[in-house]
Amino acid sequence: MLDEPLIFERGSPGRVGWPLPAAAGEGVAELPAELRREDGLAGMPEVSELEALRHFLRLSQWNYSAATTLYPLGSCTMKYNPVVNEGLARLPGFAALHPLVPETLAQGALELLAALEAALAAVSGLDAVCLQPAAGAHGELLGMLLVRAYHVDRGDARRRVLIPSSAHGTNPASATLCGYAVTEVPVDARGLLTARAVAAAMDESVAALMITNPNTLGLFEREIEGITAAVHARGGVVYLDGANLNAIMGIAKPADMGVDVMQFNLHKTFSTPHGGGGPGAGPVAVRAPFADYLPVPRLVRRDGALAWTEDAPKSVGRLRAFYGNFGILVRAHAYLARLGGPGLAEATRLAVLNANYLRARLRGTYHLPYETPSLHECVFSDRNLQDYDVHTLDVAKRLLDYGFYAPTIYFPLVVKGALMIEPTETETKETLDQFADAMLAIAEEARRDPARVREAPHSTRLARLDETRAARRPVLRWRPGRPSNAGESA
Amino acid sequence: MSGYSPHTAQDIAAMLAAIGVGSIDDLFAHVPAKLRARAAIALPAGLSEPELLRDVGALAARNAGASGPAVFLGAGAYPHWIPAVVDQILLRSEFATAYTPYQPEVSQGTLQATFEFQTLAALLLGLEVANASMYDGASATAEAVLMARRLLPGRRVIWLARALHPHYRATVATYLRGLGDVEVREVPFAADGRTDLSALRAGLGPDTLCLVLGYPNVFGVVEDVAPFADAVRAVGALTITATAEPLALALVRSPGASGADIAVAEGQSFGLPVSYGGPGVGLFATRERFVRSLPGRLVGETTDAHGRRGYVLTLATREQHIRRERATSNICTNQALCALAVTVYLSLLGRHGLASLALANYRAAHLAAARLEAAAVALRFPAPFFNEFVVRAPAAASAWEALARDGVVAGFPLGRWYPELEGNLLLCVTETHPAEQVDRLVDALATPVPAARAAGG
Repeated sequence: MLDEPLIFERGSPGRVGWPLPAAAGEGVAELPAELRREDGLAGMPEVSELEALRHFLRLSQWNYSAATTLYPLGSCTMKYNPVVNEGLARLPGFAALHPLVPETLAQGALELLAALEAALAAVSGLDAVCLQPAAGAHGELLGMLLVRAYHVDRGDARRRVLIPSSAHGTNPASATLCGYAVTEVPVDARGLLTARAVAAAMDESVAALMITNPNTLGLFEREIEGITAAVHARGGVVYLDGANLNAIMGIAKPADMGVDVMQFNLHKTFSTPHGGGGPGAGPVAVRAPFADYLPVPRLVRRDGALAWTEDAPKSVGRLRAFYGNFGILVRAHAYLARLGGPGLAEATRLAVLNANYLRARLRGTYHLPYETPSLHECVFSDRNLQDYDVHTLDVAKRLLDYGFYAPTIYFPLVVKGALMIEPTETETKETLDQFADAMLAIAEEARRDPARVREAPHSTRLARLDETRAARRPVLRWRPGRPSNAGESA
Repeated sequence: MSGYSPHTAQDIAAMLAAIGVGSIDDLFAHVPAKLRARAAIALPAGLSEPELLRDVGALAARNAGASGPAVFLGAGAYPHWIPAVVDQILLRSEFATAYTPYQPEVSQGTLQATFEFQTLAALLLGLEVANASMYDGASATAEAVLMARRLLPGRRVIWLARALHPHYRATVATYLRGLGDVEVREVPFAADGRTDLSALRAGLGPDTLCLVLGYPNVFGVVEDVAPFADAVRAVGALTITATAEPLALALVRSPGASGADIAVAEGQSFGLPVSYGGPGVGLFATRERFVRSLPGRLVGETTDAHGRRGYVLTLATREQHIRRERATSNICTNQALCALAVTVYLSLLGRHGLASLALANYRAAHLAAARLEAAAVALRFPAPFFNEFVVRAPAAASAWEALARDGVVAGFPLGRWYPELEGNLLLCVTETHPAEQVDRLVDALATPVPAARAAGG
């Protein structure tokens, strides 16, 4: 009973899980035969409601999650996702609201969106906000499209984007998607970008710098003002990847740093549940000169009521259907209202306190590649464990045995064998101590019994999975009567 | 202390001592003072949970929700019943509050469910492989066009059916803005509501990259995809279908069986509320030989160290975190929890429930259309349709907002998207519309609207 087959391997032919009353309209002419589906949906599940419920409940029990354990995944900000927000997003006035009803019947939803736009403007110090992007990378794509539209509108099509070597992989991918060539700018021995390096890389062919601040090492780019000035001096645009905004709310506003365009990750900073890989939301904020290019439709206030308008001739267009991941935007709005301005600043201060506490407890045992003070996350490496042939992946897997999810590993790429730990502000000191104790115990195990660490995890339902095999012979779906990949020899 | 942080004064003191600093402010000492001085966030103080429920609840109450008017809107977002089990599963924190499954040993729930989702999407779309999901149907369509461009470099002409949902067409155009090597052209629709095959044939050539058809199209019309796919294949190009109402695929021939090379769909109909247009989920399927050009995450089957079956993220060498600027897409976070909703929904409805529900939708829409015709409201297009159709109703179209205030949202006034269809309404009828609501719709459209009311709308 501890195993759970695929849903396709359960059930019995003819079984219906969720019967509905028979369709009315016997006399209606049928769809012409040549347009009809012919396979009878063969292969689709035939299970009862209880079978389906048990199946998915069992699967749920095989996940670690932020609600059940510390999930210190660096750069992902796995803070507590408030339970109350789930109920709010499900209120019928939101959930059952069709996106094309006349705006007069959606004023509450539009007021919520307007309030969220205003709140994100207040947090960033920027002038205009678009809520449409469905995730951070979608926001990056929009950001790059705005940069491009801005330059093209000035008759100055540029072709390169500067990206620090510590950046998220989405940054170069997003820039390329907009037709830009990527030039990598190296970080210095402190792990920081310097104004001098940026100035040296800048010329009139550079459309923008994409920067993350604090960067992916968790370090505040202290030369940020000089960096953004160097970009602006040659007519470039500064794009901020807002993935690490949780470290600077109430500490430094993107607008004051010289940022022109940025995206927020609501599923990070503003606590919307990540869902095992989405849905997220990646709103974009801009300085006024970029507002003309924002996507349609735009929210406008006319005679005291809110309405959508498509009247924006310079707009880059649409990024998706309708207006955004509205249900996620409701949750983020609720979080922002619950914390308020002072609460957001407090969240940042305690997130940084928690990260620095873990850093203090682990340094000395784990190698800290950069001594530079860190903010909301800290990056260690596996260098001190190399002598025992124990590596970052092994530490990550062994942590699972201790009941914790693993940090982000092997990222950022500028640190060999990186372990990037972000505890967030919602964890207690006791939990941080348990996690630090586990990390220290694993380092000790690496010395005394390295095989124990290398073969981890031991207590999870499955042992270490063979990712090479999965990629070499991809089996990406169940097929009727197929041999199980698991049953065959490699 | 506000919000959700647990720190006591003693905790903070002990932690600062361990760090070796005197105050939390000291942790930010390296941030330029000028920035810190201006950083206060001009938002009011936080609310308690009861205050939050009151304020956000008041906003929800100002919208047309479940108990409001009779709403006959589809046009890209579809009202369907949702089995209670779906939401019970979505509320499981183990699914909702996990991240992308980077550590497969403790993410098998998400991974196996995603493998099942990929299977369901491939079965439904009639193709060999599907990915772990895209943001929505519109962005999935744009990614399909980008994938076609990767498969057929050098070809420049992308044909979009004018009868493809305008949001989907606009999204494709946006995604292509930065790429100078392709151009978009439009295939008109014919008088019967179907895309004009002869017009497309006249435009096909060796420079054709792909065709994108709505299936069903934005008018609810079921295109006959096969002859389009044959014509497109004859010039070596690719056929993409985009489905906004995936329930139709339980009744109509699958895109794969009709010759589509890439098929995408919006999955919202399967277990997700309309939620003012999001979140939904994009389904994306293609042929096995194109698998390494797929955008997005993929879950594959493998074994653990003891030979037991398990699932992992795979073929990551296509993706941004490995390939960076050479990735097939920049997508990482997608719509996993929505994909889970689709998986639970399709498991519950299953092979037989899905077929009967599709038939119920087909019949409900056709019964409503017949009643409207009997009341002298003419159908605009004669071609076969699924659960949406277009009627000519100029008076009702111009009084659309007034009718909505009176309790019937009579579909969508198509003139807003298609000037040539001014005075026409796109109506959607599903299993959620009781007979009493259909009566109100027929009354609303059949009764002449007084000129004063129409002007007020």
